[in-house]
Amino acid sequence: MSHLLEVCNLRKHYQRGGGILTASGKGERFAAVDDISFFVAAGETFAIVGESGCGKTTLARILLRLIEPDEGKVLFEGTDLLGLSPKDMRTYRRQMQMIFQDPFASLNPRMKVGEIVAEPLAIHEPQLPRTESLAKAGEILQRVGLGEDALPRYPHEFSGGQRQRIGIARALILKPKLVVADEPVSALDVSVGAQVLLLLRELQAELGLTYVFISHSLPVVAQLATHIAVMRAGQFVEFGPAEMILTAPEADYTMELLAAVPELPRNPVV
Amino acid sequence: MDELLRIHLLTVELPTAAGWVRPVNEVTLRIARGEALGLVGESGSGKTMLSLALMGLLPPGARVSGEAFLSAADGQRKVLANLSEPEWREVRGREIAMIFQEPMTSLNPVLRIGTQIEEAIWAHEPGLPRSVVDRRVIAALEQAAVPEPEVRAKQFPHQLSGGLRQRAMIAMALAARPKLLIADEPTTALDVTVQKQILELLDRLRREMELGLLFITHDLAVVAKVAERVAVMYAGRVVEEGPAASVLMQPLHPYTQGLLAASPTLERGKLTPIPGTVPQLTELSPGCAFAPRCAYRRAECECGVPDFRPAQSGHAARCVLL
Ligand SMILES: Nc1ncnc2c1ncn2[C@@H]1O[C@H](COP(=O)(O)OP(=O)(O)OP(=O)(O)O)[C@@H](O)[C@H]1O
Ligand code: SF4
Ligand SMILES: [Mg+2]
Repeated sequence: MSHLLEVCNLRKHYQRGGGILTASGKGERFAAVDDISFFVAAGETFAIVGESGCGKTTLARILLRLIEPDEGKVLFEGTDLLGLSPKDMRTYRRQMQMIFQDPFASLNPRMKVGEIVAEPLAIHEPQLPRTESLAKAGEILQRVGLGEDALPRYPHEFSGGQRQRIGIARALILKPKLVVADEPVSALDVSVGAQVLLLLRELQAELGLTYVFISHSLPVVAQLATHIAVMRAGQFVEFGPAEMILTAPEADYTMELLAAVPELPRNPVV
Repeated sequence: MDELLRIHLLTVELPTAAGWVRPVNEVTLRIARGEALGLVGESGSGKTMLSLALMGLLPPGARVSGEAFLSAADGQRKVLANLSEPEWREVRGREIAMIFQEPMTSLNPVLRIGTQIEEAIWAHEPGLPRSVVDRRVIAALEQAAVPEPEVRAKQFPHQLSGGLRQRAMIAMALAARPKLLIADEPTTALDVTVQKQILELLDRLRREMELGLLFITHDLAVVAKVAERVAVMYAGRVVEEGPAASVLMQPLHPYTQGLLAASPTLERGKLTPIPGTVPQLTELSPGCAFAPRCAYRRAECECGVPDFRPAQSGHAARCVLL
């Protein structure tokens, strides 16, 4: 089986602290991503779970080359993205899109929803007539559960869950192969977060998407993941098929995380 | 039951461009001494406004009606509505304390942790000698399970991790030994392992100090860990209330049922969202506010707001199906 995404020995270092308030006056070097390797086959959902500051978001951004790593390789369909020129990178960039955590901050408040959703088309297919790109934006908005009447409106007119749908529509308009979702439901209410999780699941089946899904929440990850990696201090503590990580984990840290998840009492009679 | 707080038909109204709205609408609740009540709801349901009303911290222009009684430390029964600002200062911190999701909203970034706890104590007991206050500061930090309390007392908030900061805020809130603690999403911003420790800490403090706890959260699984009774809020109203076990295992109100079915668990595939979104307070229908999202809706639901109807012991809901 060929892998859509293969990641080899990624490393990224940052300076911690620094400034006038630390005792030494200068920050120490630490590895936000420390020798991480994995692969994702087409159609899978590879989830990365970990607590705050463990390096999840840095890793996600490296995958899309929004951050350059210090070392390592990111192979997309066998091509090392890190060696590509900006021009060559563009053809790959349209196949890899991102969904962000904060549906309030990630949409430009001054742009109409139609323009926001169609913007990737304007960048990657500038020859496409505006009416056609807006028609495509309308189609994809429809697909994520918002009508075409969303096109001329502004982001502030929408609720958090609706804004997240706008973000998803924007990520999908180029029909990417890979979608990296960084905490896509953690800013949403429970009832609306569940809508977005199910939508992501349906879209995956329908469009054959591959997901890298980043979250701090094991219950959220359990809804979508085919594979789970547990991350701590820049490293994968363990990774494997989702059922194995959730039901028969090997690492103590995974067990600790699972044990800390507050659970509802069994068998609510609904 | 040794009653600590009783709220009766409490309503908070706020002026908006679209007219008056009621973020808290005819809420009736009781908390006994040493009891934990979980208040569950999604964003905008009015949880925070309710707690601000109990602290006398509502935004300017707010109108309050209904009643709230507190059994004060001196044995008197205080009527919370209509207190003057000096009277509120007696209650705040001393009788009722509050902790927040983001500790930095109550911690001062430029003061040492110890100094802030000192101030909280002196605010209510100005005559205490320094040596006594110093000991109380360390005791408060110890009680909140802050390791190395002498060291932490000398540090600034930004030098502590998120979990420790939350503990420092708890120490400060409890330093003047209040009888009621309002905790508004105190663990939402924390990692699960830290959340577990804070929940255990609050539970221990409740038992040791006979603390009444109003625990506000959007997370039903968290509420299952801390609360003995649960109230579910929707669009400003309490729509269901009862013992935690029966609300979570045999929910009566379709909204509570929907919220449970929409909460992710470690099991895959059981997720059922509630359609639609939480209503704007300016666009509430005259009947049951949940009606536009409810699968069991019928004509009578839209006529008027359903009364509270009891099912079994101490468990009731506002729904025409009961
Ligand atoms: N200053 C204000 N003026 C007018 N309306 C307000 C004001 N502050 C809050 N509201 C409205 O009051 C309602 C209840 O707000 P509140 O903050 O109590 O909700 P909450 O249940 O605590 O929500 P969350 O889970 O987001 O914290 C919301 O509809 C909100 O928009
Ligand atoms: S009163 Fe009617 S609309 Fe409201 S929850 Fe009950 S059945 Fe649903
Ligand atoms: Mg709130």
